[in-house]
Amino acid sequence: MGLLDQKFENSNIIITTLDDVLNWARLSSLWGMQFGLACCAIEMMATGASHYDFDRFGTFFRGSPRQSDVMIVAGTVTLKMASRIRTLYDQMSEPRYVISMGSCSNCGGPYWEHGYHVLKGVDRVIPVDVYVPGCPPRPEALMEGLMKLQEKVRTESRVKKTA
Amino acid sequence: MLTEFGRVLIFMIVGAAFVAIGMFFAWLLRPHRPYPSKLATYECGEAPLGDTRVRFNVRFYVVALIFLIFDVEVVFLFPWATVYQNLGWFAFVEMLVFLGILLIGYAYVWRKGDLDWDKPAPQIPRFERGVGVREPHLTEDEVAV
Repeated sequence: MGLLDQKFENSNIIITTLDDVLNWARLSSLWGMQFGLACCAIEMMATGASHYDFDRFGTFFRGSPRQSDVMIVAGTVTLKMASRIRTLYDQMSEPRYVISMGSCSNCGGPYWEHGYHVLKGVDRVIPVDVYVPGCPPRPEALMEGLMKLQEKVRTESRVKKTA
Repeated sequence: MLTEFGRVLIFMIVGAAFVAIGMFFAWLLRPHRPYPSKLATYECGEAPLGDTRVRFNVRFYVVALIFLIFDVEVVFLFPWATVYQNLGWFAFVEMLVFLGILLIGYAYVWRKGDLDWDKPAPQIPRFERGVGVREPHLTEDEVAV
């Protein structure tokens, strides 16, 4: 018989790995970077407000990239903004994630062909974890995106090399 | 046997150890991948201008001093006004004397010209910016549109 085997009758003890605990802690408090670019930001604000209550996922928006875990790129990324987004992403502390919200930041959206001033997808300047489709996506869609991101965080490992 | 302050000492030791242990595990587990752009000063995504240590104009010192005097004056006026009904003429004259002294100081400051604020004449830099200039800190690949 091992040291702990059959020692706890009520099985009120939890055994887990460090990865699981840290991942659980991280995915339960993904703090968002507070900035909105266009009409998607209105939906993002609605998601954060009381009716949809983003806070129940542990997500609330911070005013500084140093305190943020996830950057929700909500809206049209103009070329002028692209360099700023890159800088903001650089200044976030790791682990950091990006949710691309809406058609504009996914692929340029309605500006995909003739938008001379629009970046055709924010993934040209920063790595994106989750794409949320829609123009703009409803708050439910954004929450789905965050849950997808949580699934991704759940499978992370401290020792494995990340892409 | 512990004295009362011995307990305070225990609180201080436990408090310090709590922070130290937390910092140690954070150091053990956190990713540490610094690079210049990440360590740059946060200025809402803009390229940072200058230093965090900004020098204030020395004229604010005089303004702060004058403000302090009249601030304290109001602090004295409030309790005086609250209990004025029970004090009578003596308190009224006292306060007039007090205000009079400060008024002399005010006149002195005015006469000395400390309330004058020389308007600065900034030299507005002129530069031309052509249409279609590439954003400064993006490389060729990053704006592959």
